[in-house]
Amino acid sequence: MEHVVNPLVKKPSMLRSQSETIGFVIMTAAFVIAPFLTYPLFLMQAMCFALFACAFNLLIGYVGLLSFGHALYFGWASYLSAYSAKTWGFSPELAILTGTATAAVCGLVAGSLAIRRQGIYFAMITLALAQMMFFFALQAKFTGGEDGIQAVPRGALFGLIDLRNEMAMYAVVLIIFLGGFTFIYRIIHSPFGEVLKAIRENEARAISLGYKTDRYKLVAFVLSATLAGLAGATKAIVLQLASLTDVNWPMSGEVVLMTLVGGLGTIFGPVVGAFAILVMQFKLAPIGEWVLVIQGAIFVTCVLLFRRGVIGEIANRLHIRL
Amino acid sequence: MKRMLGLTTLAVVLAGVANAQQINVKIGVLTDMSSLYADATGPGSVLAAKMAAADFMKDQPNVKVEVISGDHQNKADIGTQLANQWYDVEKVDMIADVPNSGVALAISQVTRDKNKVFVGSGPATSDLTGPKCSPNTVHWTYDTWMLANGTGKAVVKTGGDSWFFLTSDYAFGHALERDTMAVVEANGGKVLGKVRHPINTSDFSSFLLQAQSSKAKVIGLANAGGDTINSIKQASEFGIVKGGQSLAGLLVFATDVNALGLQTAQGLVLTETFYWDLNDSTRAWTKRWHAERNAAGKYPAMNQAGVYAGTLHYLKAVLALKSAADGKAVVAKMKEMPTDDPLFGKGTIRADGRKLHPAYLFEVKKPEESKYPGDFYKLRATIPADEAFRPLKEGNCPLVTG
Repeated sequence: MEHVVNPLVKKPSMLRSQSETIGFVIMTAAFVIAPFLTYPLFLMQAMCFALFACAFNLLIGYVGLLSFGHALYFGWASYLSAYSAKTWGFSPELAILTGTATAAVCGLVAGSLAIRRQGIYFAMITLALAQMMFFFALQAKFTGGEDGIQAVPRGALFGLIDLRNEMAMYAVVLIIFLGGFTFIYRIIHSPFGEVLKAIRENEARAISLGYKTDRYKLVAFVLSATLAGLAGATKAIVLQLASLTDVNWPMSGEVVLMTLVGGLGTIFGPVVGAFAILVMQFKLAPIGEWVLVIQGAIFVTCVLLFRRGVIGEIANRLHIRL
Repeated sequence: MKRMLGLTTLAVVLAGVANAQQINVKIGVLTDMSSLYADATGPGSVLAAKMAAADFMKDQPNVKVEVISGDHQNKADIGTQLANQWYDVEKVDMIADVPNSGVALAISQVTRDKNKVFVGSGPATSDLTGPKCSPNTVHWTYDTWMLANGTGKAVVKTGGDSWFFLTSDYAFGHALERDTMAVVEANGGKVLGKVRHPINTSDFSSFLLQAQSSKAKVIGLANAGGDTINSIKQASEFGIVKGGQSLAGLLVFATDVNALGLQTAQGLVLTETFYWDLNDSTRAWTKRWHAERNAAGKYPAMNQAGVYAGTLHYLKAVLALKSAADGKAVVAKMKEMPTDDPLFGKGTIRADGRKLHPAYLFEVKKPEESKYPGDFYKLRATIPADEAFRPLKEGNCPLVTG
């Protein structure tokens, strides 16, 4: 993991202590202005993916665990959120909570199995569990198979705010995203987060210092799964559908791509990465078959030229933490 | 101030007059450009829509039709995003094609919310005109009920009275198997057995051996895409068709047959609603399609024909109303007017949005029977329009039952 930015070894500066706050203010301001400049529905979806990537980054960037099955939490949360809103008539906040709780439970089960192994074995176990749940989603009646769950009502938040209004929905998604983002930021900068980083750098030493690393890893795994679920559950309400795409393995790969492009182990990297990938998928849609080729080329360029990702590279050049 | 107000009023009035004379229509072809449906839809569908627009504008110069296209990448969320943006920002009036049932159901919903028009020629699911029917959706080319019924019934009637099913093990395969089984049994055929295979399998040998030893006259392939292609290829390697059994593809397009080659696909029976070599007008259309498609060796699939015919009929309805603004009214007009186009002939659109036209049971020719490139099929039976599709009252469409 030598390519992960380690901000602790960089020379301290005035900017350093403030850089994350400044970044956060800029990002928030951008998200508040953005819906007036571009299409809100796209921004909402992008924020959901950004939160998903941040949740994934919590695991790989700060604990050094590469999960290759994060689509499981994202996708199943979106199914349960969509299903509870549509069939049980849950209000949107309850539906999102239901989805998120589902992801937490899945994360607990998958995590307690997966953290027993390391490296490629860990990745393979998470992938295998995610594929099992994909086939379950494909076969189960309530998920609608390859048709997915369609026409999910957005409903009214707390029975008061009608979410069919794009701007109201946007505000809710923005609050969820910023809440999730701040929560991840707090985790990383808490004593608990310091232990996670210690495990990433040298697990044997962390054990020798008396930390029960398995327990830390499990908690980090469940937190990551839960936040990924929060993103998926919100997305189901925003787009009013849940489909197989979100539980299938390419989704797990896409979130790795987003995090790598943006910058592994940086707090803003996944957000930038998610936006970059989604803009590509969406803006390039009219030119058809070239989307995948261009996406591949950008990935290769990114890995060869700036391995720290966009944000990681900027942070490294300026000697700041982002 | 007063003068400015006067000028503005004048401008508005003039613009209004200009609008009354010219009707602007924008059509978005939302399709699969890069993946498994790209051959049967994709660029060929975009071309079909452009041909329909050009043909229509030639006769009606005061209608200006613009065609744009997009790739939904088989993801319902990308499709939803694109459709929303097309309707809101690009001012698209109608979305055509949309292969992939999951994406199509999502588009149908968006279209209904925005009161625009969706002419689906790509999707298979019969839910589009069943429980999930919409006053803004017309389902053009085919659906799963028609495939199961057409192939099942016509094959039994032409002597294939004992069946064995090779079924893809998920909801789509199960539904196709169940529907076809019901049709086979209702027409006096027997089902000798069935075997389920996981999706995206590369090895069909044990399933095919079971099918072979069942001695059933017909092996029904209730699967799709790559699984269908692989099972047909391996059946050819096992010599199943040469051994006297025949394969019935429940979801096979002309483009698949073209890709497989006649050597491999010979003897396969399948149902389609359009074949390029059906009559003089389909041949003439295909010749034009070829000239513009500029891809040697490709032949239009029924989905692409459906985009052309659906777009043409949509434009006729818009012209009759002199406006494309109210999607529900346009679809109502489309249902009211009888359809007539060079590819599907005369037909109608039913209250649930189902387009009715005849279906054809084809058998893939042996290589030595094929006289010229693209000579794939011989016609085994024609299913009249009123028998080809699910009866209106069985669909449980809320628009019909109320």
